[in-house]
Amino acid sequence: MGGAGVTGTFVGMPTFPVAARRALGDAQLRHNLGQATATIRAKRQRLVEEVDAAVPTSAADPQGLGGWEALRRAGAAVKEAALRSLPEHLERLEAELVANGATVHWARDAAEACSVVAAVARAHGVREVVKVKSMVTQEIGLNEALEAEGVAAWETDLAELIVQLDEDLPSHILVPAIHRNRAEVREIFLRRMKEVGRAAPDGLGDEPAALAAAARSHLREKFLSARMAVSGANFAVAETGTLVVVESEGNGRMCLTLPEVLVSVVGIEKVVPTWEQLDPMLRLLPRSSTGERMNPYTSTWSGTAAGDGPGEVHVVLLDNGRTRALADEVGRQALRCIRCSACLNVCPVYERTGGHAYGSVYPGPIGAILNPLLNGVGHDDQVDSLPYASTLCGACFEVCPVRIDIPSVLVDQRAQVVDAHRGRRRSGEAVVMRLAAATLADEGRLGFAERFTGVGLRAARRGAGWPGLRRWTGARDLPRPPRESFRAWWRRTGGGTR
Amino acid sequence: MSAREEVLAAVRAALVGVVPAPDPPRAPQVRPPRDVVAHFAERVADYRAVVERCARDELEARVAAALAPASTVVVPPGLDLAVAGAVEDAGLAARELEEFEAVVTRARVGIAETGTIVLDHGPGQGRRALTLVPDRHVCVVAAGQVVLDVADALAVLDPRRPQTWVSGPSATSDIELERVEGVHGPRTLHVIVVDDAQPLD
Amino acid sequence: MRVALLVTCLNDALRPGTGQAVVSLLRRLGVDVDFPLAQTCCGQPLVNTGYLDEAVPLVRSFVRTFESHDAVVVPSGSCAGSVRHQHALVARRAGDPGLATAVEEVSSRVHELSELLVDVLGVTDVGAYYPHTVTYHPTCHSLRMLGVGDRPRRLLEAVRGLRLVDLPAAEECCGFGGTFALKNADTSVAMGFDKVRHVRGTGAEVLVAGDTSCLTHLGGMLTRQRAGVRVAHLAQVLASTEGDVWGEPA
Repeated sequence: MGGAGVTGTFVGMPTFPVAARRALGDAQLRHNLGQATATIRAKRQRLVEEVDAAVPTSAADPQGLGGWEALRRAGAAVKEAALRSLPEHLERLEAELVANGATVHWARDAAEACSVVAAVARAHGVREVVKVKSMVTQEIGLNEALEAEGVAAWETDLAELIVQLDEDLPSHILVPAIHRNRAEVREIFLRRMKEVGRAAPDGLGDEPAALAAAARSHLREKFLSARMAVSGANFAVAETGTLVVVESEGNGRMCLTLPEVLVSVVGIEKVVPTWEQLDPMLRLLPRSSTGERMNPYTSTWSGTAAGDGPGEVHVVLLDNGRTRALADEVGRQALRCIRCSACLNVCPVYERTGGHAYGSVYPGPIGAILNPLLNGVGHDDQVDSLPYASTLCGACFEVCPVRIDIPSVLVDQRAQVVDAHRGRRRSGEAVVMRLAAATLADEGRLGFAERFTGVGLRAARRGAGWPGLRRWTGARDLPRPPRESFRAWWRRTGGGTR
Repeated sequence: MSAREEVLAAVRAALVGVVPAPDPPRAPQVRPPRDVVAHFAERVADYRAVVERCARDELEARVAAALAPASTVVVPPGLDLAVAGAVEDAGLAARELEEFEAVVTRARVGIAETGTIVLDHGPGQGRRALTLVPDRHVCVVAAGQVVLDVADALAVLDPRRPQTWVSGPSATSDIELERVEGVHGPRTLHVIVVDDAQPLD
Repeated sequence: MRVALLVTCLNDALRPGTGQAVVSLLRRLGVDVDFPLAQTCCGQPLVNTGYLDEAVPLVRSFVRTFESHDAVVVPSGSCAGSVRHQHALVARRAGDPGLATAVEEVSSRVHELSELLVDVLGVTDVGAYYPHTVTYHPTCHSLRMLGVGDRPRRLLEAVRGLRLVDLPAAEECCGFGGTFALKNADTSVAMGFDKVRHVRGTGAEVLVAGDTSCLTHLGGMLTRQRAGVRVAHLAQVLASTEGDVWGEPA
């Protein structure tokens, strides 16, 4: 996972097509993913329809957008406004946090953020920290960095625990162990829990309730003994210096409440300008994410509170590529992302390949734009392959609660990948594309080339084993060659008879 | 340059020539139901929480009944409710809280549309750990505290106070996306809505 | 009314029957159809692969070819989407404000076939006869980029003799995706297999869609699997009348 200054991509991962090929061969994975994504898509859809039905068309929605569309436009507008005036909101956030008793740190990159957290751990002499599920701490590779300093970081979200115990990689933003089924989880718990703490009970079954109970008792001891916790934040309210964590299990509340010291790593794009503007966000996130009207627990805190919760609160404001994304005129909108994972759940590519194929903590459509935006393109084939991991079908844009036009950003990132390689050794693709462009730019050349369509197709149908061509003909027949092109037909008949 | 200066400079550089966005439109509000308290009760129950409504003079009996299987009960200061045999929290350690089977509190706001109770941990609600560690949470919400939706709740809540928004018992869908109630937070949430108006300030 | 046909490069070279069906259909409806011979390709394959500079001459040529026509019809949701949503992008890339203005002008007059029929000509019953059981795949760009909604469905429902059966998971992508089909061939095929499985499950004789690209991908799988299901473009179904059924050459 990410080392110094790089972002969230798993080191040594193959390009998307190679990793996808491997994943597509895993029947269990395909089954687990198909099942899970279909379930969550249906839950979300029911709630979207409920919001549409609950918002009166006249007063609250004068444009007749429908309740859900109006809500997501409001959410997009809140995040867009925050991003466009980010410097003042960040300074306000910092000032409010400090006034509320928090210590604010800034980090340019992953290494700097990790060293801030490690320094706090060192200052308190802790050897263990408990963690709330957070994408950003995965992005910066915090667990590995702390381990190198002799500090054990325990994931406390059930799915994160499964991934951590199995020394696996997350494959989904919301449910990192979505690729595992109950039987596999049971096996991991029986094998690994005893090595790191309270063992799973003998005779553990594979019902999700029993597995959740095993996680509860395994982690209870860690919660009660931990002196320091690490979290991220879903939102950071600038005008009040309030951090917000949205969760389901109560592990977040445990971490945010019981230890003496709390460090929250917050990407600079998490800012929401005002407390009232949490309204669209808190209505959009759970419905888009878990398909619930509201998640079981949302915690908000503004620095320290006397006699309640951690007496020492740190906030690390992190860049790590975000300013690079912010400078990208088309890609900037990706920073509106609230990590709900709705785009993963509807993506036909993600549903078939799973998250590991994207080689990053941010998989799926949002990962396909976020990774190149945060890292830049043109220096890593894996990152450069991600914008192409999409058919541009647009299902992601349709469900995104903050209206990120992912297909348009994908196309723009593809152009940036091509541009980054201009002037270097020409790839076969570039040669073909330039040849195609030259042919297509002129109807005379195109008409001439079309005379050979029949010859070419007939030859190709016979020689279906040619490398390259096999990518098409492996599973599909080529079309039969037509007698003549449409153009030739029109010239011959004036569009008269067939 | 310090990290702070460098990050802020990079943010400013990224936004050169970018005009600030107009004020976001107000999020659409839902149509008020005929009976907002009944709507709240239905929506809380959807999360597989226990919900009941009662009159003011029935409250203590209802609370006692809701606690019935529990033998050890902790309550926050300022609960303003007689709970037989309950211990009042005076800064119990987490391990001590672990010994209690149930906790009784009040709330600050109820949100009907989402079936949410919000604790701002003021009088009668206890500090955050109190409603987290015991396995059963009996929460008394006054009918007058129930608002329609999230925006109405945000308007009456004080962001400077720590808050816990609770929508049903703790739950997870992390294994095959099958929802299971009860992981780390209280596995039972019992909400009692008292039918007497209690002003929201 | 006079309408220019943008036949699309794929139909021109591989499926001329689609373009012939559009001509026949529109003439039957009293429309004067013109085919500007200077047309080539909308540039979508280049833009979607990231070759924006290379697409600039194509967009210039498109604008020159179609700027004098009142209405342009395209038997492809994907190409119509490319013209309406991507040409502006290419013009901006070219840094040519004149081109950008021209693009905006021309693209506002470009209609996908079902849009032209329902919105411009105001017809849903085009007088077609097609005595087959049909299932319809609403291609992604028609559905989500253009928002053609239920127009194709309404057109099909008005066809005499046609029995329309629902396609499960209809709105899910077929996996073609232009160069995606080659760059990510394995994933493309996996998606196509699932679509074909749904198509075969409907018991339909004919799979209909408004995009030749998706039909080439799915049709290639259906014939490889000897599925006994053929593909037809929406235009071919709507052009068919008693005694003159349009289909791909046998």
